[in-house]
Amino acid sequence: MLIKLEQVSKIYKLGEIEVPALIDTNLQIEKSEYVAIMGPSGSGKSTLMNIIGCLDVVTEGRYILNDRDVSSMSDDELARIRNREIGFVFQTFNLLPRANALHNVELPLIYNGTPRAQRRELALQALDNVGLAERAFHKPNELSGGQRQRVAIARALINNPSLILADEPTGNLDSKTGEEIMEIFERLNNAGNTIIVVTHEEHIAKHSKRIIRLLDGRIISDA
Amino acid sequence: MLIVFSRINEYLLMAWQALRAHKLRSFLTTLGIFIGVSTIITIFTTIQGLNQYVYGQLSNIGANTVYVQKYPWVIKGDFWRYRNRKNITYKEYLALKKRCTLADYISPEVFAVKRVGYRGEKFDNIFIMGSNENYKETANAYPEVGRFLTELDVRNNHRVAVLGAELADKLFKHENPLGKRITIGTDKYRVIGILERKGSFFGQSMDNYAIVPIGSFRRVYGGHRGLRIALMTTQPERLEDMKDQIRGILRQVRKNKPGQDDDFAINQQDMLTDLYRQLTSTLYAIVFVIGFISLVVGGIGIMNIMMVSVTERTREIGIRKAIGATRRNILSQFLIEAVIIASIGGFGGIAVGYAAGLLILSQMDLTIGVSLLSIAVGFGFSTMVGVLAGFFPAYRASRLNPIDSLRYE
Ligand SMILES: Nc1ncnc2c1ncn2[C@@H]1O[C@H](COP(=O)(O)OP(=O)(O)OP(=O)(O)O)[C@@H](O)[C@H]1O
Ligand SMILES: [Mg+2]
Repeated sequence: MLIKLEQVSKIYKLGEIEVPALIDTNLQIEKSEYVAIMGPSGSGKSTLMNIIGCLDVVTEGRYILNDRDVSSMSDDELARIRNREIGFVFQTFNLLPRANALHNVELPLIYNGTPRAQRRELALQALDNVGLAERAFHKPNELSGGQRQRVAIARALINNPSLILADEPTGNLDSKTGEEIMEIFERLNNAGNTIIVVTHEEHIAKHSKRIIRLLDGRIISDA
Repeated sequence: MLIVFSRINEYLLMAWQALRAHKLRSFLTTLGIFIGVSTIITIFTTIQGLNQYVYGQLSNIGANTVYVQKYPWVIKGDFWRYRNRKNITYKEYLALKKRCTLADYISPEVFAVKRVGYRGEKFDNIFIMGSNENYKETANAYPEVGRFLTELDVRNNHRVAVLGAELADKLFKHENPLGKRITIGTDKYRVIGILERKGSFFGQSMDNYAIVPIGSFRRVYGGHRGLRIALMTTQPERLEDMKDQIRGILRQVRKNKPGQDDDFAINQQDMLTDLYRQLTSTLYAIVFVIGFISLVVGGIGIMNIMMVSVTERTREIGIRKAIGATRRNILSQFLIEAVIIASIGGFGGIAVGYAAGLLILSQMDLTIGVSLLSIAVGFGFSTMVGVLAGFFPAYRASRLNPIDSLRYE
């Protein structure tokens, strides 16, 4: 089992008010699955993704990743997992605006101490895999939305993570570009990567083999 | 707390890019440190140049020579106490010469200011000194050409003169001075030697004088003048004993009563070096206060800008953390950025401070080589300020939570 959530709740406190974003959630995901998470706005999809991606911590319950309890991990261990085990693709790309595509892609390698020459080579390779080798020295503001998202995907894949998380990766893209991005994920899944995609769109979710639907912080269907 | 900076050149590159993105702001932020360091280095360089020079000059007054005089060189307290002292006279010189067994060389010294001429050329206000053959040793005044006064010259009151290098240059432009007859006041003297050049001390030439046998001097200008007596030992460990002996002899000759203070002074070089050291240490203290204040102000400036920078770049921090940066990675990044800002100011300050110091010294006709100490001081201070000022903002950045940072607008 790759991912195991046991009675997980996430409650945001805004002063006196408590906002439950995720309530008593149980979820298991195997290696090499391709899962789509759907649900209306505010239903807790991003909250769930951030917990799975070790960007956020649970308020209650346990999250077990690769047989290890995430809530007992130190900050440095979490950083290592985010670096090595997980590739996160965001709706808003989250590229460093001042760095060119190549530098953005090699950033995760800097934090795990890959030597410079090897870093270059790997980053160029990753850009080539998403069809952007000739854009390596462009800054994000010199790229189209679809190109930026492909840079972000190249960055997420650079360390060969076993788990790829994408929170509305096509949300800011037109449908044709969105389809291209989804093809990349399909390719990755066929190669054995575990993929979890959050989306609003049914036709995007069709790419997956399993759809989890959320409503008001609870899983209402899983098929 | 010791932080091991791994992958330091990555951080240097990151910092450099971040600073380049805000060129004007980064420049302004370095100014505080720049001013602090350049102030410190300017004065530091100047004092070091002065030190080299002053100690060099003071060493002309040999460390093993003491001077018996009416007044001490450095007067502490009430000057009027010394006013009624009697002159040091030839009688004291003779007594010391006879009884001061610990001194290897004794020279009486008496001065006057006279007009000196050779053929048509005349120069006013030339320092004339009457002394004996021992002056060569006590004053470290050896002839470059010719010879110094001999015992015979002194005993027989010969009309001979040894000239300082500058005086010789002035009187004899194209001639060999040796054996020539010059006039000092109204009398003729034969030139027997020229002294080695000593240079100038604070713009005052030390080569613009002549030495004649003391007997000749006293006969012409009168024997009533006050004397200065130089006594020298060749064995430094005997210096204190020699001073005690001198004191005993002089108290007796000058009839100082038991319990009464000495009515003469035994001066020596270290009184001047002590005085100089006191003056410069005050200067050092002032400089360090000024420099310290500007470094603190500069440090606060850096801290302030780093806080702003961390806030502005919250999202960047979130992105870096999301892809695997540890707390220490983020801390190092921002700390190095602060240190670089400070070091740029520091290096600029070192360069400008050093140049300004050289400029000041050149106004006094002095120079000094590059001082590694002042570079180390400037660099040390600026790095320290960078670390201190950068630590808190960098720490704050390192503690940011990844998801909150990513959401930050
Ligand atoms: N940092 C936060 N502080 C307070 N409440 C929050 C925070 N983040 C999310 N929430 C709340 O938690 C609930 C779930 O939010 P979440 O972002 O997971 O929704 P979502 O399903 O991703 O919606 P969308 O489709 O609009 O992205 C919402 O009600 C939201 O207001
Ligand atoms: Mg969302």
